[in-house]
Order: sequence, then structure tokens, then C-alpha cells
Amino acid sequence: MTRLVYVEPGGNRREIDALDGLSVMEVALLHNVQGIIATCGGSCSCSTCHAHVDPEWVERLDPPDDMELGTLEAAPGHDATSRLTCQLRVAPTLDGLVLHIPAKQA
Amino acid sequence: MDGTFVIVGAGQAASQAVDSLRREGFTGRMLLVGDEPELPYQRPPLSKKFLAGELDRERVYVRPRSFYEQNHCELLLGRRATGLDRVGHTLTLDDGTHLHYDKLLLATGSRPRLLRIPGAELGGVHYLRSLADVDAIRAEATAGKRAVIVGAGYVGLECAATCVKLGLEVTVLEMEDRVMSRVVAPEMSVFYTAEHVAHGVRILCNTLVSAFEGTGRVGAVVCRDGSRHPADLVIVGIGIVPNQELAQQAGIACDNGIAVDDRCRTSDPCVFAIGDCCSHPSHRYGRRIRLESVDNAFEQAKTAAANLCGKDVVHDKVPWFWSDQFDLKLQIVGLSQDYDQVVLRGDPAAKAFSCCYLRAGELVAVDAVNDARSFMGAKKLIAERAHPDPARLADLTVPIKESVAA
Repeated sequence: MTRLVYVEPGGNRREIDALDGLSVMEVALLHNVQGIIATCGGSCSCSTCHAHVDPEWVERLDPPDDMELGTLEAAPGHDATSRLTCQLRVAPTLDGLVLHIPAKQA
Repeated sequence: MDGTFVIVGAGQAASQAVDSLRREGFTGRMLLVGDEPELPYQRPPLSKKFLAGELDRERVYVRPRSFYEQNHCELLLGRRATGLDRVGHTLTLDDGTHLHYDKLLLATGSRPRLLRIPGAELGGVHYLRSLADVDAIRAEATAGKRAVIVGAGYVGLECAATCVKLGLEVTVLEMEDRVMSRVVAPEMSVFYTAEHVAHGVRILCNTLVSAFEGTGRVGAVVCRDGSRHPADLVIVGIGIVPNQELAQQAGIACDNGIAVDDRCRTSDPCVFAIGDCCSHPSHRYGRRIRLESVDNAFEQAKTAAANLCGKDVVHDKVPWFWSDQFDLKLQIVGLSQDYDQVVLRGDPAAKAFSCCYLRAGELVAVDAVNDARSFMGAKKLIAERAHPDPARLADLTVPIKESVAA
């Protein structure tokens, strides 16, 4: 199990033990975390699973590929800390990852 | 807003409606009726990762059961709605239950178009629409088997790609003169045919299936042109038809699906309809359309929920779709019918390019292959009814948003 922290829009912190192998997006939906919408079901086509990671995690995560970067361009308020949670796979290396979910998705 | 809302259908539109209704402030009783014995689930993975065995069943559901509990939505699954009394505001189910409603939301989706030919009832002939369908196909789709796929639309080609991955020998039979003729322009059909052929798929267009041969189980597929294709497994993907019968029998107006207006309202003020089952007027395209997409299901669910809760929201989104086949991510935005100009953006040989469709200079649709930037940028341009400069549009090094003449 890997511990993930989702900060919902509004500030509520959800600390969740996530199953390795699922995407960070899937874990959010399984636990009814607010603000992750995931219209395209993880197909890198909508940007509505967008979240910001804590700055120190930007370098620790595998970098986004071109598809993810292209899709992120449509996410309101996207910046250097932005990731599509459907492209982040839960693994022990993500233990302690803090994700900030934006108030508005595309 | 309170009272009793009944949602008929348990697909992706229905699931989003549950979320949206509570967000819009609906505090009354909510019931959801679905004829499959399953929680609402995602259909796109059925022809892709789920068919390939790469996705556990729990991951296919749109939301976990706890979501419906937390949103106070009562689930009546494995029950089919059989009658609608619009005067008495009563929905009748196949087990005799009568549900009273103040407002009704029809999200009955669509069902596969059936191939009614000799041998259609033989074992080994499958459609792919439900979890149960894929459970059955997976039991038979094993390495070395010969799969014949009828139809080269999204379902047919995605199944072809997945079956190749599973080690089957695949033949696709398409009655039109090119693949994906409903959804992409000829330039894209050429590209996709070449990709499938390169992966070992046999694609035969202008080929009309006339019968399935076999005793008990299908052994071959016979075509109008006399050709005969040995088959251990057949998957038929020849389109879907909207489930409008419940509404139609109750006297609700239908026109290529349950006819709704741009607020998702049917001809009955207490009944709304969303998703695959309905048609709606498109201001953008100047005609009534029926969309077969997850995005439309979600967007209409949100629109209908807002309007059911007293708001006045018009549904006017640019449609978009996606299809994953092999290492190709096809993302389509807009409807390309009636285009008069095609601009190729990038080089198909690079397998990362887009086909852009214009009508009277306006960008109306883009088919993007492994080109998420163009796809996402095009969503905005099409929404804005932009008139891009074709030379800049053709240049993949120019961000698509900058292709609009200053």
C-alpha cells in the first residue's frame, strides 16, 4: 500500500492507502475524492483529472510524456506542478505524494 | 429542489447524472433503474484493455457502490423498465414494481444493431456492448484462433487490434468502401487500413456478410461476393440503435432517438433524456444530431441536472471522441461531415499528425493521431468557430492555436 494525500478543493485533506498498479485518478474515484472528474476514463483525452503536486515531487515523479503535456494545456490553471492523475501509476516510490485538486476542471 | 427523481438507465450518462443532480442541490429522493445486474460501468475499455485482460473488473465501474450510497441514490439493478404512464407519473418495471416520479430522466442508452442473417444464432457469434458480452468473448478469444470481425468502425477495429495482441488471426469484413466511414474522412481511413494491415490484420472492404455457417457453432463467414472466411470466433460491430422504445410507446416524440431540445427536455415537461438514447439540435452544425460518445453522455447529464434543478442551461458543446488501436491514439473533435477542405497537419509517416477539416474556411473538425496538443487546441478553436490560416495549420511546428490569422 502506498500512502497518498489528496487535498480537495476547499482544503479537506484525504489520506488514502492506495493499491499499487492503479492510477492516482482511479484511487481518487474509488474513494470518492472530490474534484477529480475523469471524463475520458484515463485515456489522456480530457484533462479533467488534473491535479497539482507539491513542488518537491515534480522532480521525483517520472516526467510527463508529450501526450500528457499536450492534454495538460487544456487544464485551467495548469503550471509546472501540474499532472494528469490518470498518467501517474501508484507504486512505493509515490509514498507520501501530496496532490492539490483545483477548484475548476476543464 | 426536492421530490422524487427516477433515472432510467445505468450507464455513464446515468452515473454522471447522480453526481450532477446532487451538486446542483437536488435534495429529494433519487432512484436509478438499470437492466444489467451491474453498477454503471465504462464501455470504452470493453473493446480495449478489458477485452485484453489488462483491467480487473472493479476498475471498469464508473464509481464504486459507496458513491451511490453517499449520494443517496437507490439502485434498482437487473430490473428493466417496461412501461411509462406519463399522466400518472408512474414507471413500471419488469418485476411488477411501480415507481412514482416527479421528474424522469431517460438515460437508456443504445443497443447493438443486430445482423439478421442465416446462422446469426450459432455459438461463437458475439456482439460487444456489455460486460457480459466481453466475458463471453474473452473465454473464446485465445491465441491461434481465427477471429472474423464484421464491421470496421470503432468497435470492429479496436477488437481487431486487441485480438492481434491476444495472438488471434484476424479478418475484418466491412460493407462500405473504407474503414471507419461513419466517423473519419477518407484520408484517415487509408492511414488506419495501412496500420492494421501492417499488424497482420486482413481488411476486406466492399464486403457484405450474408450468412454464418456451422453446426451449433460458427465455422465460417460467407459473403455476398461468394467469399468464405473460416472462423473460430465472430464479433459483430455494425453500429448501435438508440433505446427509444419506452419513450415512444408512452407518446414522447422521437426522431433518431428520443427527441430533446437544447436543454435536454423531451416533449413531456417532466421527462428529460440524455446520452446515446437521444437526439438534440446542434446550433453549431445546423441539424439534429445523435452523438455516440462518453463526453456527450457526461455533458448532457450535467446540462439536464442543472435544468432539472431550476436553472436554464443550453447544451452546446463541441463533440469529441477517442479510439485507441495499437500504439495509435485517435482523438477526434467536431463533426467533419460537409467539409470542403482538408489540411494535413504533420506527416502520417511520423505516426503523429492531424487531419483538419474546414468548411468555408472555418475549422469544423480535427482527427488527431498521437497529437494531443493539436486535439486539445482544436477543441478551443472549433468552439470559437475559428478561421485558421491553412498554411500555418499544416505546420505542426506552429501551435494550432497560433494558426489563426492575427
